[in-house]
Amino acid sequence: MSDTATNAPVLAADGTPLKRSLSRALRVQKMRALALIAPLLIFVLISFILPIGDMLFRSVENQIVENTLPYTVDELAKWDGASDDLPPEPVFRDMYFDLFLAAEMKRHTRLGSRLNYESSGMSSLFRQAGRKLDDPGDDAQAALEEVDPIWGERETYYQLFNAADGAAVDDALLAAQEKRIRSLADEKPVGEMNFAPSAEVSGLLPLAARVYTSFAVITGLVENKVVAKTKPMESLYLALLQDVTRPDFKADLAAYNGPHKEALTALANAPLLAPNYTEIFTDVDKEWANVETWRIIQTHSGPYTSGYFLNAIDMQKTPEGAAVQPENKRVLIQLFIRTIIMSLTIMGACILLGYPIAWLLSNLPMRTANLLMMLVLLPFWTSLLVRTSAWKVMLQQNGVVNDVLVWIGLVADNDRLVLINNQIGTITAMTHILLPFMILPMYSVMQTINPSYLRAAKSLGATNWTAFWRVYFPQSIPGIGAGSILVFILSIGYYITPEIVGGTKGVFISNRIAYHISSSLNWGLAAALGTILLVVVLALYWCYDKIVGIDNVKLG
Amino acid sequence: MAESHSRDAFVEFERVQKSYDGETLVVKDLNLSVPKGEFLTMLGPSGSGKTTCLMMLAGFETATHGDIRLGGTSINNIPPHKRGIGMVFQNYALFPHMTIAENLAFPLEVRKIGKDEREKKVKRALDMVEMGKFGGRRPAQLSGGQQQRVALARALVFEPELVLMDEPLGALDKQLREKMQFEITHLAHQLGITTVYVTHDQTEALTMSDRVAVFDDGRIQQIAAPDILYEQPENSFVAQFIGENNTLQGVVKEIKADNLALVELDDGELIDCKPVNVSKVGERTQVSIRPERVEFDKKRLQPGAHTLKAEVLEFVYMGDIFRTRLRVAGNDDFIVKTRNAPDQRRLQPGEQLEIGWLPQDCRALDA
Repeated sequence: MSDTATNAPVLAADGTPLKRSLSRALRVQKMRALALIAPLLIFVLISFILPIGDMLFRSVENQIVENTLPYTVDELAKWDGASDDLPPEPVFRDMYFDLFLAAEMKRHTRLGSRLNYESSGMSSLFRQAGRKLDDPGDDAQAALEEVDPIWGERETYYQLFNAADGAAVDDALLAAQEKRIRSLADEKPVGEMNFAPSAEVSGLLPLAARVYTSFAVITGLVENKVVAKTKPMESLYLALLQDVTRPDFKADLAAYNGPHKEALTALANAPLLAPNYTEIFTDVDKEWANVETWRIIQTHSGPYTSGYFLNAIDMQKTPEGAAVQPENKRVLIQLFIRTIIMSLTIMGACILLGYPIAWLLSNLPMRTANLLMMLVLLPFWTSLLVRTSAWKVMLQQNGVVNDVLVWIGLVADNDRLVLINNQIGTITAMTHILLPFMILPMYSVMQTINPSYLRAAKSLGATNWTAFWRVYFPQSIPGIGAGSILVFILSIGYYITPEIVGGTKGVFISNRIAYHISSSLNWGLAAALGTILLVVVLALYWCYDKIVGIDNVKLG
Repeated sequence: MAESHSRDAFVEFERVQKSYDGETLVVKDLNLSVPKGEFLTMLGPSGSGKTTCLMMLAGFETATHGDIRLGGTSINNIPPHKRGIGMVFQNYALFPHMTIAENLAFPLEVRKIGKDEREKKVKRALDMVEMGKFGGRRPAQLSGGQQQRVALARALVFEPELVLMDEPLGALDKQLREKMQFEITHLAHQLGITTVYVTHDQTEALTMSDRVAVFDDGRIQQIAAPDILYEQPENSFVAQFIGENNTLQGVVKEIKADNLALVELDDGELIDCKPVNVSKVGERTQVSIRPERVEFDKKRLQPGAHTLKAEVLEFVYMGDIFRTRLRVAGNDDFIVKTRNAPDQRRLQPGEQLEIGWLPQDCRALDA
């Protein structure tokens, strides 16, 4: 009987379950608490979480290849990258038109830089191609004009491709090209272009209609010029040449009733040759005839890539899957390990140096302790840069430390110690800089340890050392834990001090990240490195929680 | 001389002085000897030097001058961990990172006692304070009273001959405190250990101790058994500090042969007293009478005894007793306590009456 009574939910006076009644009563309090933290929450969300999320997203984002070379990527997907044959002609054809448009929008260099991360030389290959793709177009134009001078006039093309009043418009083509240009343009295209591709022509001349439509979008919406009065881009001539030489052109032309039918008929009957795109590219640079070039483009054509992460752990993405980088390029894992080991060393040095100081501070009378505390906090009042630079003065070969060592005869004058631009420099300077972060939590924890514990231990028969080790030290562990986490996490992401005193051997992974952010502009790799660093820190934090327990951390 | 002095003394303070700053003495010329098995309480207001004495005995403070002996040997230069004195601290000082059993095993471990015997002793000590079931818990999971018992068990587990307690019951509520007072004395006498107990609570001192040493101003004012301390205080400080006390100021008029003195109070009335530390006629004195020894029934007084006029100011019903505040010889705070007996009169405020007392209950002390 009593069992059933205890199992039934407890009811409030009005009969509602007590839990619901309680949560309703506390709701106003919760809302008020939420309102109080809301400003900070919003600030953190906007200024911290979102940028970090965006940065992390960059570590897998790879839309530039697909956006810049949409048709090539489609066509290249059909090619077996593992084979030793070059991709078929359609790939080269689409590459020509994609790259031409990219060059027109000045995006081909960006794509080159992106692919250059995977294989050096790609950047110059793309830049060069962007410059030289005009020439085949000029040749094509000359060939067309030879058949009929009308092909030299801009209005001809406008009349040919623009849908006359009442004629059917190829909406799909227009929308596709607008979308494509939008993704390539830096600014949002606006304005009126006064052009719509005729559906009939785009059936007859698919490639040329596509090229002209994209040209019209660029001219009208991006550059804000009159489409009809602007000279089309050179690739249009090549595209027209391509279309009129296709096998079914004559048959399709018979059914055609649009403008310039005679001129087109003249082209159909002229002895024109379809362009050879493979040759065009090979003429630009023979690297285009290298299967490897195409493999790289194919491997990195997806909108999302694991490539940056693989690079971050000294591997690379290949058509056959992930592979280890060549030995001379493997630096990052070593740098990660070095960063962790040096951070642990700095943490250990901080514990060893900080513990006695914190102990002294917590056992001195208040007045003296406060004075000493000022000295501990003094470094905080000095600029980080100044402190680090001071260590540069102290540690260099003609610096204060070496001078003193030479003066007291420990070191020969011609054999001065190398204390800077290596790991010793970084560890020394960072231990000094991070020491207060270790002392403060230790001190605040030690202050709460009642001296009567030590007295009790001694009265129970423990020697000074036993009393310290068995009674005092275990109680001070939360302070050591808090300080260690603080120092370790601060040091693993430290940048400025290793940069100044670390030379080449004493730098951290964060210096590498900074290099990729500001110098090599490989933001994807920087983001991947940052993500790995974040994961490593979280993993170590998790380990700490499992081993020591995070509730064992006290900041006071 | 010293030999005979310390023959039955277990703990001994000889001319001990202590100064922290080199300018003032916290403990002034302390002489004290505690025989084996005695429960001695050091009682006094805060700052009277009682805790300092305890700390010197435990070894956490060094005596500036003098000798402290334990079992006949000087312990001035013996570090605390070698003195073998059990100690119970004010805040219990149970190690928070150890379980109760580990706390109790600690003194045995540092004495290198084997595991089996250790466990046996820990269990026995815990059972002794009725905490046998709590060995696996942490101190924070226990109530104040339970922590107190554990602290006591820890101080006793290594079987010391001397146990020091520094206001161990200060943090407990009244009922628990009274229960623990009884338990501690019971345990101490049962085990036959010598106990030095420090408190500022006079009830605690009176109920627990064999002897009480009343400290003030760095000196022992009186050291005696509780009943003597209460009934025969040797000076006005002890009279004031122990129990409730009525005082009247006056001048010694005459010292009679049969240990009686005639005192003229400041308002001119004469009373009979027992002279305690007054010796000359004309000396100022503070007369002390316990509230329960005041009589207002003339039939119970000796014939010819001096009486004083009094006016009732306040009557408080306290259950077992009545507490009446009177104005006597210009003193508005003269308290009379009477037993709540069937024939006892309840005085009304405003009532005029005459009060008196037996001369031996009225002690003429230093002014």
